[in-house]
Amino acid sequence: MVTGLIGRTAGKLLVPFIFIFGFYVVVHGHLTPGGGFQGGAVIATGIALILVCFYYQECVNKYMSLTTFKVIEAAGLVLFICTALSGIVLASGLMFNWANANGSLFGHAVEYGVNAGDMLTAGIIPVLNFAVGIEVFGALSVVLLCMFAGLKETTAEEDNK
Amino acid sequence: MAKCSFTIPPKLALVLIVAFTLILLLPAIGIEFGNPQADVTDQYYIDNSQVETGSNNVVTSIVFDYRGFDTLGEATVLFIAVLGVTMLFRRKL
Amino acid sequence: MIAIPLIAVAILIGIAFAIILLKKNMIKMVMGVGILEGAVNLFLVTLGYRENGVAPIFTSAPEGAEMVLPTVQAMTLTSIVIGVATTALMLVFVMLIYKKYGTVNSDKMRRLKE
Repeated sequence: MVTGLIGRTAGKLLVPFIFIFGFYVVVHGHLTPGGGFQGGAVIATGIALILVCFYYQECVNKYMSLTTFKVIEAAGLVLFICTALSGIVLASGLMFNWANANGSLFGHAVEYGVNAGDMLTAGIIPVLNFAVGIEVFGALSVVLLCMFAGLKETTAEEDNK
Repeated sequence: MAKCSFTIPPKLALVLIVAFTLILLLPAIGIEFGNPQADVTDQYYIDNSQVETGSNNVVTSIVFDYRGFDTLGEATVLFIAVLGVTMLFRRKL
Repeated sequence: MIAIPLIAVAILIGIAFAIILLKKNMIKMVMGVGILEGAVNLFLVTLGYRENGVAPIFTSAPEGAEMVLPTVQAMTLTSIVIGVATTALMLVFVMLIYKKYGTVNSDKMRRLKE
């Protein structure tokens, strides 16, 4: 553990809210400032807080392994590429926004000009946002896990003395 | 290893960097701040992005729709950089 | 009207090049690259600024306000993400160099290699 008792308690309190805020930034990417990249980075800061507040080896062995984050990252990239290629199959070109304003999910017509914002608009853009969000989350978490591996920290026995 | 025969002394390098910085100050005089001239494309995006992509956020509609291929390359660059990081660390973990 | 952000961009680029070329510590060189990225991002965002403009987002925007140019902001987003990736890669290289040679000084490292 790198921090003391205070840091650990604050981390336990803050981590869920950081995750929820990052998820909010990702799914509202087409309505408010933010998007996939920023939201993924916010969620990755939650992972960094977990790694700082708890024992690294325990975290890596029990809750999050490097392979998990590699799979998440690759899944994000694959989802992005598949969504991009669906434009070729279902419409006229790569990344064509075929789901915009056709009545399907995410297909509500947006009213022109200043409006209050509707979650279910913008066609394939929310899907791409989500894909990029989980890709950036996985990528930054892999970097964090690799770089935290060399950190000196106290063990559980030393802390309990 | 052969000894490097030609080196620039640090003081001369500093003078060159200061001269370079002074050249970089030219845009501060030439570009009119707060009134961009070449804004035809951007005005088109602002006017039409809601109709064409359905996204309220114009920046998102550019990143993921008008210039989506750019973002695909960017995601690939991020993936390959992280691949390089894991390859360099593969002995420790 | 003299643009103060563009003057800041020139000074930041000068500082960054001075750090990259004159410092021997590799961590500081990576920091110089970071400053260079920040300067370029500031330059891009400055190019798209309109006086009294609002962010180019229609959700609950003020009625009838001019919007700043969105393309440069999208390019800045791309630049930031690639900057993060390359910074991570550079820092990992510095860590490996320190593990192998025991120093992050670029001159000493070159001498050890002979």
